Amino acid sequence: MYEGPVQDLIDELGRLPGVGPKSAQRIAFHLLAADPADVSRLQEALQRVKEGVMFCEVCGNVSEQNTCRICRDPRREASVVCVVEEPKDVLAIERTREFKGRYHVLGGSLDPMSGIGPDQLRVRELLSRIGQQVNGVDISEVILATDPNTEGEATATYLGRLLREFPGLTVTRLASGLPMGGDLEFADELTLGRALSGRRAV
Amino acid sequence: MFVRHLQVSDFRSWPHADVAFEPGASVLVGANGQGKTNLVEAIGYVATLGSHRVATDAPLVRHGAERAVVRTAVVNEGRELLVELEITPGRANRARINRGPVPRPRDVLGILRTVLFAPEDLALVRGDPGERRRFVDELLVLRAPRFAGVRADYDRVLKQRSALLKTAGAARRAGGSGDIRTLDVWDGHLARHGAELLAARLDLVTDLAPHVASAYAEVAPESRPVRIGYRSSLGEALPPGLGQPGGARADVGLLEAALLGELARVRAQEIERGVCLVGPHRDDVDLVLGEAPAKGYASHGESWSFALALRLAAYQLLRADGTEPVLVLDDVFAELDRRRRQRLAKVAADAEQVLVTAAVAEDVPEELAGARYDVHEGEVRRVR
Ligand SMILES: Nc1ncnc2c1ncn2[C@@H]1O[C@H](COP(=O)(O)OP(=O)(O)O)[C@@H](O)[C@H]1O
Ligand SMILES: [Mg+2]
Ligand SMILES: [Zn+2]
Repeated sequence: MYEGPVQDLIDELGRLPGVGPKSAQRIAFHLLAADPADVSRLQEALQRVKEGVMFCEVCGNVSEQNTCRICRDPRREASVVCVVEEPKDVLAIERTREFKGRYHVLGGSLDPMSGIGPDQLRVRELLSRIGQQVNGVDISEVILATDPNTEGEATATYLGRLLREFPGLTVTRLASGLPMGGDLEFADELTLGRALSGRRAV
Repeated sequence: MFVRHLQVSDFRSWPHADVAFEPGASVLVGANGQGKTNLVEAIGYVATLGSHRVATDAPLVRHGAERAVVRTAVVNEGRELLVELEITPGRANRARINRGPVPRPRDVLGILRTVLFAPEDLALVRGDPGERRRFVDELLVLRAPRFAGVRADYDRVLKQRSALLKTAGAARRAGGSGDIRTLDVWDGHLARHGAELLAARLDLVTDLAPHVASAYAEVAPESRPVRIGYRSSLGEALPPGLGQPGGARADVGLLEAALLGELARVRAQEIERGVCLVGPHRDDVDLVLGEAPAKGYASHGESWSFALALRLAAYQLLRADGTEPVLVLDDVFAELDRRRRQRLAKVAADAEQVLVTAAVAEDVPEELAGARYDVHEGEVRRVR
């Protein structure tokens, strides 16, 4: 244990994903020795993400405006919506260049151990979106692209059951082949692209 | 197969150890507490990613060290593979095969197969059902490594479903309704993964049963016959004969339907109690001696023979599958009388490789003379 502010900083850093106690210590001492200008820049960047970043009113992705770049883009098909857990999954799918539709970001997956049920996710927003037209176009397909792990699979099953109630709506799930137990964001572009194009109805 | 080389760093009492082995029998001799079991425990860890003595990784890392490393060179039908495991408690362990990192430690399962018999195995007969489930699942993974994934998936779904039941149960007891909108989904996933695990266990016990009966008769011919059978939390809903000697093969689809049916039947009870009452995590293996359950009825000697018979049966089953597992006998000869020693030695002498630990060299029968190592004050020295 170090004294006061240094230990506080180590503790805070250690709570970040992927940062173990050793790395937290290394980063803390790096910051301690760093140029004050560098530290200020980091500080400002941290503040800006909390104050300046908004979430798209339509899809829930991170955005600089009320609606995000993808939802504003008239070239993106309005009839296909890809449901993902996190904004980083949008990036992963965009990298494949396979997908021309729009997104819906749930903000996580069903995870009873962490107290996350349907009400903690943007499920209601998804359902109300499906009833509405965008530029005169109905949503005709929903792709469930939650992570290929226990929580992601349960979320996909749950949404699949809810969406069955909408007549004429096709619901698909990413093809298998994604490494099970994994995270969408870690799948390589080729595999993810293939999973998208080989999606199957649920 | 055989372990040609073992190297450990900061594993248990060993800052470092480096031992070359050969096929056939190798006996590690040393006073109690010198670290003999620690060495064979490291070998067992490479085969099962677990210890036969503790449920967590932390005790495996030497006091004061941050991580332990175990390296084994395993020769299987002339082909050698180097398996390295880095054990870091509280973090994901890492694994390499032939120096190349693999995505997950469980990718090394199947390279080394061991059957380890140790004093702790008395708990197979006298301990809780969890001990027997662990025995069955470990053997399942040795036979078909993909079941490590099936087990992991099942455990995860079980944890999530149990968390949901617990929260809902607590909410109901507090006068609320409890949100169980997603329970059907978790039931479905539990039944699917559970059926896959259950079917595999049932078939395994059916396959293992005759080997247990004959191994026991061999080890303790003067005793009454023994029998094993799978006991499922499905109870009457389990199709008869499954998991019993001579039983039919299990059908995953039928079991999934049976699990779903039982889950529906006990749902109210589950929510009230906040626990998951049906599924392979509640199952057991019946060990029967004569007509009575071994637990509580078998004598100390009979319990020992039964435990030994379970391990020998596992060994024979793997051999019947076409693999030659490494047999490890940790400190067991001192516990056995002369006749059972002789019978165990007869089976072991036949193994492609058998690793034996003993405090006193004289306890180890002649048949297993083979290579001998003295383990003393942090050194392993080959003396024969
Ligand atoms: N994590 C650990 N760090 C250091 N020493 C350990 C650790 N775990 C066990 N030991 C020591 O290892 C010794 C037991 O080794 P073991 O292999 O069981 O002995 P034996 O030769 O009797 O089989 C004990 O002295 C114990 O204190
Ligand atoms: Mg020992
Ligand atoms: Zn948007």
